[in-house]
Amino acid sequence: MAEVVVEEKGKGKKKAKKHPPRIDMTPMVDLMCLLITFFMLTTAFSKAKIMEIILPEKIKDPTKQEAPKISASRTLNIILGPNDKVYVYPGTVKPEDYSANPPILPPLTETDFSAEGIRKLLLERNKALFRKINDFNGQVISGKLKISQDSAKNAISKLKSDDDTGPIVLIKAYKKATYGNFVDILDEMNICGIARYTFVKIAWYENRMVEMAAGLTPTASATSSSSN
Amino acid sequence: MPKIKLPTKSPHIDMTPMVDTFCVVLTFLMLTTTMRQPEPATVDTPFSISETPTPDFNTMTFLLSNDGKVFMNFDNGPDTLLKYRPKILAEMGKRYGIEFNEKELREFEKYPSSMGVAMSDMKAFLDAKDNSTRKEFQKGIPLDSADNQLSMWILYARQVNPNIQAVIKGDSKTGFETVEKVLDILQDKNVNRFSLITSLEAAKINLEEIQQ
Repeated sequence: MAEVVVEEKGKGKKKAKKHPPRIDMTPMVDLMCLLITFFMLTTAFSKAKIMEIILPEKIKDPTKQEAPKISASRTLNIILGPNDKVYVYPGTVKPEDYSANPPILPPLTETDFSAEGIRKLLLERNKALFRKINDFNGQVISGKLKISQDSAKNAISKLKSDDDTGPIVLIKAYKKATYGNFVDILDEMNICGIARYTFVKIAWYENRMVEMAAGLTPTASATSSSSN
Repeated sequence: MPKIKLPTKSPHIDMTPMVDTFCVVLTFLMLTTTMRQPEPATVDTPFSISETPTPDFNTMTFLLSNDGKVFMNFDNGPDTLLKYRPKILAEMGKRYGIEFNEKELREFEKYPSSMGVAMSDMKAFLDAKDNSTRKEFQKGIPLDSADNQLSMWILYARQVNPNIQAVIKGDSKTGFETVEKVLDILQDKNVNRFSLITSLEAAKINLEEIQQ
């Protein structure tokens, strides 16, 4: 690599050089160091990840198509509120309740995106399925169950579709919520292994519930708002 | 005792192996690198545990900036000969009665990052000489009901490339009103499957607590 042909001249026959002269490589190394640093900093090594969500088809003609019926006891409504707050209430509000004057609205439980907040709540309701998925994953990881990654995925989605005890989560967003909240809550669904969840438009009375819960409570008295 | 003679010259280190390794690393980096394209708006993507990588082609990316602007980007398809981008632009031009010449179409094909230009500004945007003049046209794609250009872009993108997927890239602080508007327009055009771009983050679940 670093060989230089030494011209031999007839006159000075004092020393016939045995070794080719050394070339100082330090500047070359310096340059390469710089280039490597440059490339390492500009490279987008980790490609961005994606999270998939499928929304229910829009009902274009409400007279022909009815909204699908789901059992109220399994329904859990999650409303993304302002300031990274999450409001939760179970069941549904009956039409005669919210159209009454004044409307009779269920209490909202205020929580947040921390592990102690919404995640605990969801895991509590989704215990059975989560344990099943977790056991299954444990078996795959420990090597007791030898299956390919694809069939493991299928098995998990089978577990999810067979589940009939976990909550059906309806995610709604108040207009002051942020995109980050939206991604966070979908992420929570994945973490907790919720089988059935979807994103729906917020209803007017739910808007009002959030406004009441957020507006009436200064900061700490979450209990007084939930009793409202 | 004889004194140990210390060499007066500093020992010469042979740097050749080092140069060799550096060469290999450098070549590797140069070949694998994909340069980050500067986006018209800086976006901090939120975190999630999802590990699915972003698809390389057949995507239309909606960039939702912090201040509620919407930008859009398509790719040229799995093969650059397909030239999806100029085709989509030509269709858009037909719809809005603007004729784009060869040079402008080529310019649009090459344009690397998202664009948020109203159709009325598109010609000036493509003819602009440098990026700083171009930046002034990046005001976000109009999407109100009076002039819903975003829905037209979606329509023609799907006509030109039927396999296109909707990818949403938003800042974690983007207001939900913008997101909802975009989702609404997409659903009007019968797109019900979305991918949200996120950064990877590990989540820990305390198992003992649940087992109780």
